[in-house]
Amino acid sequence: MNWQALRHNPSLLIGLVATLAFALLGVVSIWWTPYPIEQVAIAQRFQGPSPAHWLGTDHLGRDMLSLIMSGTLTSFVVAALGVLIGVAVGVPMGLAAGAWGGAVEWLVLRISDLTFAFPAVIVAILITALAGPGETNAIIAIGVFNVPVFARVARGGALAVATQDYVAAARLAGHGNVSIAWRHLLPNIMSLLIVQGTIQLSLGILAEAGLSYIGLGTQPPATSLGLMLRDAQSLFLIHPWLSVVPGLTIVFIVIALNLAGDGLRDAMDPRLRHQGLAHGAG
Amino acid sequence: MALVEIDDLTIAFSGRPAVAGLTLRIDRGDRYGIIGESGSGKSLTALAIAGLLPDSSTVAGAVRFDGAPLPEDERVLARLRGKRIGMVFQEPMTALNPLMTIGEQIEEAIVLSEVPDVANLVVPDLLDEVGLSPSHVGRYPHQLSGGQRQRAMIAMALASRPELMIADEPTSALDVITQRVVLDLIAEICKRRQMTLLFISHDIRAVATLCSRVGVMQAGRMVEQGAVADVLKSPQAAYTQKLLAASRMDRRPAPVASVEEQDLLAVMGVSRVYAQGGLWPWRDPPLRAVDRVDLTIGAGECVALVGPSGCGKTTLARMIVGLDSASEGRMLLDGVPYRGRDLPPGSRAAMSLVFQDPFSSFDPRMSVGTSLAEPLHLLGVMSREERDARLREAVEAVGLDASMLTRYPHEFSGGQRQRLAIARALVTRPRVVVLDEPVSALDVSLRGDVLNLLARLRAEHGLSYLIISHDLDMVAAMADRVLVMEAGRIVEEGRPDELFARPQHSLTQALMLARLPDVA
Amino acid sequence: MGVPCPMTLYLLRRFAGFVVTMFVAALVIFFLLDLLPGDPARFILGINATPEAVAALRAQMGLDAPVHQRFIQWVLDMVRGDFGLSHTQGLPVAQLIAERMAVTLPLSIFAMIVSVAVGLPVGILAAMRRGKATDTALMILVQIGVAIPNFWFGMLLTLLFSVTLHWLPTGGFVPWHEDPVAALRSLILPGLALALPQASILARVMRTALVDVTEQDFIRTARAKGLTKAEAVWRHGVRNAMLPILTILGLQFAYLIAGTIIVENVFYLPGLGRLIFTAISERDLVLVGGATIVLVLATTVTMLIVDLCYALVDPRLRGRGA
Repeated sequence: MNWQALRHNPSLLIGLVATLAFALLGVVSIWWTPYPIEQVAIAQRFQGPSPAHWLGTDHLGRDMLSLIMSGTLTSFVVAALGVLIGVAVGVPMGLAAGAWGGAVEWLVLRISDLTFAFPAVIVAILITALAGPGETNAIIAIGVFNVPVFARVARGGALAVATQDYVAAARLAGHGNVSIAWRHLLPNIMSLLIVQGTIQLSLGILAEAGLSYIGLGTQPPATSLGLMLRDAQSLFLIHPWLSVVPGLTIVFIVIALNLAGDGLRDAMDPRLRHQGLAHGAG
Repeated sequence: MALVEIDDLTIAFSGRPAVAGLTLRIDRGDRYGIIGESGSGKSLTALAIAGLLPDSSTVAGAVRFDGAPLPEDERVLARLRGKRIGMVFQEPMTALNPLMTIGEQIEEAIVLSEVPDVANLVVPDLLDEVGLSPSHVGRYPHQLSGGQRQRAMIAMALASRPELMIADEPTSALDVITQRVVLDLIAEICKRRQMTLLFISHDIRAVATLCSRVGVMQAGRMVEQGAVADVLKSPQAAYTQKLLAASRMDRRPAPVASVEEQDLLAVMGVSRVYAQGGLWPWRDPPLRAVDRVDLTIGAGECVALVGPSGCGKTTLARMIVGLDSASEGRMLLDGVPYRGRDLPPGSRAAMSLVFQDPFSSFDPRMSVGTSLAEPLHLLGVMSREERDARLREAVEAVGLDASMLTRYPHEFSGGQRQRLAIARALVTRPRVVVLDEPVSALDVSLRGDVLNLLARLRAEHGLSYLIISHDLDMVAAMADRVLVMEAGRIVEEGRPDELFARPQHSLTQALMLARLPDVA
Repeated sequence: MGVPCPMTLYLLRRFAGFVVTMFVAALVIFFLLDLLPGDPARFILGINATPEAVAALRAQMGLDAPVHQRFIQWVLDMVRGDFGLSHTQGLPVAQLIAERMAVTLPLSIFAMIVSVAVGLPVGILAAMRRGKATDTALMILVQIGVAIPNFWFGMLLTLLFSVTLHWLPTGGFVPWHEDPVAALRSLILPGLALALPQASILARVMRTALVDVTEQDFIRTARAKGLTKAEAVWRHGVRNAMLPILTILGLQFAYLIAGTIIVENVFYLPGLGRLIFTAISERDLVLVGGATIVLVLATTVTMLIVDLCYALVDPRLRGRGA
């Protein structure tokens, strides 16, 4: 991975730049949006794009661009925290399975089978039944969905690395499993994890949208791209614009992340090219 | 009359030539061998004749088969290949479709060749010709041994009664004894069918045994060609001379009066048992991969352990170095008893292992210096100066420069990496070094240098070696004593010259018979 | 009774895994719902109920038994097909779920068929034309398809086919027994909405798998036998490439069943999802538990079927018995 790789891989460049642009748009919304997002102005509702409101206004007369900025931030944060949970729990599980093998590996596989049996929507439903709706539900649901994905990717990578002679050499040098996982396994599966993380981030954005859309995720007055679509739901036959803007934003963010992920995979290690997206469903 | 004529052939990948200006002529009935090391372009040449080069290659020059240039149309070319050329590849496991039976795959070849026979009548004949029983028809590739798979590949190649057979390293994925059997089979079939053969190999002796004419390739160029007898007797090109020299394994002199009486390493009644049978472990007797082995290595001695693949020699070596634990028995290293993994750190420092594959024995994400310093961990806390001094000493001992330590493994060639692997094995100043096939992953021309290095280090540092290998010539050149292993047991033991001159056990005899005759 | 062949062993082990997974899943769901604050009996009877009435109802509902007994009873009842009684609707949970499954299951199967029928050919075509314009164009479409949220795509489909073209209903569902054709018509748009992202993922994986297989040695062997590259890929490649596809298909079907929960909302379909939402808002835990167990069961059974298919397709799993 270097600048050379970026130059030879235009889709990686486009993907990274677009992802960063969207992330920046979201981050800026913490300090500044064109209009305050909670500013309701019924008189100004359902406006089309204009110099005052670049993306128009919604059914409450709120500025769409401001909502998109703030919603993008929520979507990114929810998806990223979900991925973080997946990495924090899944990767150590996968590394342990790869380094110890035997009973540890069996246990990790069974746990990940079990988590695979709970699609994100079901987890979100269960948590909502338990604690009521909210952003945290979406984060935990996406996190739970990510745990087995990262556990499997880490285990797969660790197993491949563990057969290498340099791991045996480290054992001969008196290193234990923890030390080998840290010194040799983790650095060598890092590129695999980064690529998978990018893909999972895009799936997380989609999952957040779906969960907020059915009312299990982000709740008003906060906003997210999925929640905007939920708000537009009853009106979209008359005012399609209200659902087109957040929908397209989701599409662009996800495409940007996927381009970045594919590009990273090609650039980092040609051997990994075919591993991603195996977890694209679920 | 020429069956294959290649005129000024150049094959390039994104501008970089892999084969350059190659001219070659194979007459009908010739058995033509191409010798070269990995990356010499010998396989590409073979693929060019069959029109099977990758799409990413650019080709210049002419290839004529039976007087006519290869057809432009892909379908016509494919049918020509199917009817008139038979091909056998290196790795029979991946070269066969895992989801189809051997019979189905041979039958497909027959149908495509459009030989006017009824296919299912011919399949048993073909199997018989390559020495497989008719019951193999319904088997899948994974149900066959490596040798059987390669026989099935040969049967498939023969299905169309081809005029030319191209065999690309057909034996290098097989064990020693099977290698010889498959080579003999190819020779016999060529003779019986009066078939023209193009044989690609890195093994000069296999080519000498099988072929009538030979071409030597180096870095994409044909450096020499002619009748086998002439080229081997009086090689013209410097590279051919080097290859010939490397193929002759001269005895490396043992250090004078180095072997002491006292045993440094003793292995006593060691077994490694694996449970078999999954849910019903009592149905199958446990597999005894290593079965009550006793051996000793004296201080300064070089002992070799030879045997076919799967005989348990690697499992035994893994227990000796402490990567695996013995199920029964125990070992003594310089008086310290252990069963395997429980080898204490202090004793681990007294023993080290050099791996077979120099490419996988270094972590690609670590500088070579960090990798080399890893075993120093065993000696406890060490000052930076001391550590650097140790590394420098080890690297210089193998003939490399200490400035290389900051570089990463991909910057080194295979030969350099194997030297670095040896340096890592020396960094704790061990007394015993276990060498697992130390040169078999290296190109032939590099092997001699590495063996010389090992012999010199042994003399300089008073090291004891345990060499694990299937290569009898290398063993004869290096070892003071040879142990022959079969099915987990040591079946014969002796000095290499005596043992190889008068082998007693049937396995040793089979290994000696499988040995290809020396050239020149 | 001979020695069981490795295939039987494999199936037995796989089935045991299935049973264990389901058992633990039931345990998780049961205890999560059991943790919930609030007393269902009090919830049913209202705030004004007397303590005696609540206690009586608790006893009647079996709520006063120890936790482990209630769990075992719950599992045993479910194995017999008795999912309990929904106290908000006064109907057996099994019956409620079955009614909703009559929408959810056909919808998932329809979406699955569409995504396979579109995704696999697109993937194969792209792989065969690798590096050419067709490949690039298809992969751009696929890249977009993967990125479109299915429920949003459903909205767009309604705009086009219902509002503008008036070809299909905007939403709602006519029960099968009243008018099967109308029922089918109301599933077309949601089915397409669900299928698009799945078909795109499938096309991508199929292309990658086939490109992978094309680089394998046995394709070269097939060409050496006299096949052109396309013939070799078609005869030898596609079947080998189907192995990774099987796994994806399993994951996708499981995902589709869960995905219907979201898409139902766009089209106002009376599926399992709507049932669950009502149940949550009315604190009908028996119903929530039953419905989630059914969804988890669907996922796990799909995985089991995938593994069985693997054993059928791949002789390497069938062991060495010739």
